Amino acid sequence: MEKPYTNHKNMKLILFGILFIQCILSILVGVKNISFLHPSFEDMEIIFISRFPRLVSILVAGCSLSMTGLIMQTITKNKFVSPTTAGTADWARLGILIAMLFFGNSSTMVKMLVAFVSCMFGSFLFIRLLSKIRIRNGILIPLIGLMMGNVVEAASTFFAYRFDLIQNMSSWMQGSFSLILKGRYELLYVGIPFLILGYLYADKFTIAGMGKDFSMNLGLNHEQIVNLGLVLVSVITSVVTVTVGGLPFLDLIIPNIMSMIKGDNLKNSLLDTALLGANFILFCDILGRVLIYPYEIPIGMMISVTGSAVFLIMVLKGAKK
Amino acid sequence: MIEIQNITKKYGKKTVVNQVSAVITEGRLTAFIGSNGAGKSTLLSIISRLLKPDDGKVIIDGTEVLAWNQEELSKRISILRQSNHMNLRLTIWELVSFGRYPYSKGQLTEEDEEKIKEALEYTEILDLKDRYLDELSGGQRQMAYIAMVIAQDTRYIFLDEPLNNLDMKHSVQIMKILRKLVDDLGKTIVIVIHDINFVSCYADHILALKDGMLIKTGEKKEIINSDVLSGIYDMNIQINTIDGKDICIYYT
Repeated sequence: MEKPYTNHKNMKLILFGILFIQCILSILVGVKNISFLHPSFEDMEIIFISRFPRLVSILVAGCSLSMTGLIMQTITKNKFVSPTTAGTADWARLGILIAMLFFGNSSTMVKMLVAFVSCMFGSFLFIRLLSKIRIRNGILIPLIGLMMGNVVEAASTFFAYRFDLIQNMSSWMQGSFSLILKGRYELLYVGIPFLILGYLYADKFTIAGMGKDFSMNLGLNHEQIVNLGLVLVSVITSVVTVTVGGLPFLDLIIPNIMSMIKGDNLKNSLLDTALLGANFILFCDILGRVLIYPYEIPIGMMISVTGSAVFLIMVLKGAKK
Repeated sequence: MIEIQNITKKYGKKTVVNQVSAVITEGRLTAFIGSNGAGKSTLLSIISRLLKPDDGKVIIDGTEVLAWNQEELSKRISILRQSNHMNLRLTIWELVSFGRYPYSKGQLTEEDEEKIKEALEYTEILDLKDRYLDELSGGQRQMAYIAMVIAQDTRYIFLDEPLNNLDMKHSVQIMKILRKLVDDLGKTIVIVIHDINFVSCYADHILALKDGMLIKTGEKKEIINSDVLSGIYDMNIQINTIDGKDICIYYT
């Protein structure tokens, strides 16, 4: 029988190819020149202590954030909801602050755990709010999330200011890969099993996105799937926020671009979304390192600028159709 | 067989469904009729386990609906609600293939694909299978949802106002499909429907509700009758027989 998906068949291959080229570039680009063909001992050290960890953390963060965005927008049935707009990332930062206040110079693992609890609390509060107030206008939902997120952020800033932790906090507010070194990024691996879990549950998330009645009709417990999705998103968001910091709107832009191209069947689009996310963030990172060489433009800024440009083009193109 | 025993549902102080008891026999097309707010949709939702009743129970093939294993139940009954606004961008094929989820759990076998194709052929939208739902007309979209339910291949099918907002052509097409499902495949179909003439032309059995109560139940011949219908709808309804079909005249 004829297979249903004929177009975009080569998409994964193309995305993989570009990613591979970018990975090599990313290893080569830097203040210290590295010979790729005949690397010296010193070159190898730089690669393994700095550049390779940086590359891996970029890849994992890019995949993670775009996947959490896609899962979040599916289970909330709203294209504008992502960990950024739902305030999830702000809750993670509040969690980090709480960890620093109460557990002193605690390990990143402890920070991650407290951030996770805080994220969970924030996500469930958000979902409860959505189910309590029946809002017909979809755009209001992310606005509520953004407002809540800002209140939480204001609270974090206030306490950080009172306890002289502003400097510490700001490194978690603005994501950066420039401080990633061997030994400081491995926590990101914690997120990988959850990414795989997210992929295994792709069909269930899609069905949850069809709504409560459809889920029930197909024999699924809607609430359970939404809750599981929120747990996944909270774990991954807190892991990324603790290790790399905030990378705003990546989780909003990438899933939406992929949705326009490949639709919303998660099983069909989740991997491509992850690949596109990794590609996009790696591209931004390389560009940020090259543009004002030997200095570096913060990744958050690169993502915002490049992302809004890409998104505008997509929206305008879509409007023309 | 579905037994409905003493179902009562209240929203706040208002009783929407009031102690309804009935039996839905297999292999027939049963229509719930009544005015707006009579409790038809609520009753349908309760029977299909989307809503929990405040009192009473629904027994499907000998087991109470809430006691059923939910996975197994989704192979036995399917329900399509009235408004199916979906934010997801899915192709028709993808949507209909989710109808196989209770069986395949996402891993479509060849049998699943065959069922999907059959459902698309049944609803005559096979040529649209790669189109996205948001690119379709209302009628085509409704066909896609009905194809999904057909692919689910359940003994009982519940449809809440499947003709809502459809043009005449699509309405007739859907009713013919439902009739075929009953006659050829032995399905049991329960629909909530307003257009009394479609009931007269296609249904077997009728349950009439008024103010939450079941006021009349019987074969089509017993209900499609000027006195009975006038009592159900509180308006004058005349019945003329045209080409052997009982047609209700109530427009003026």
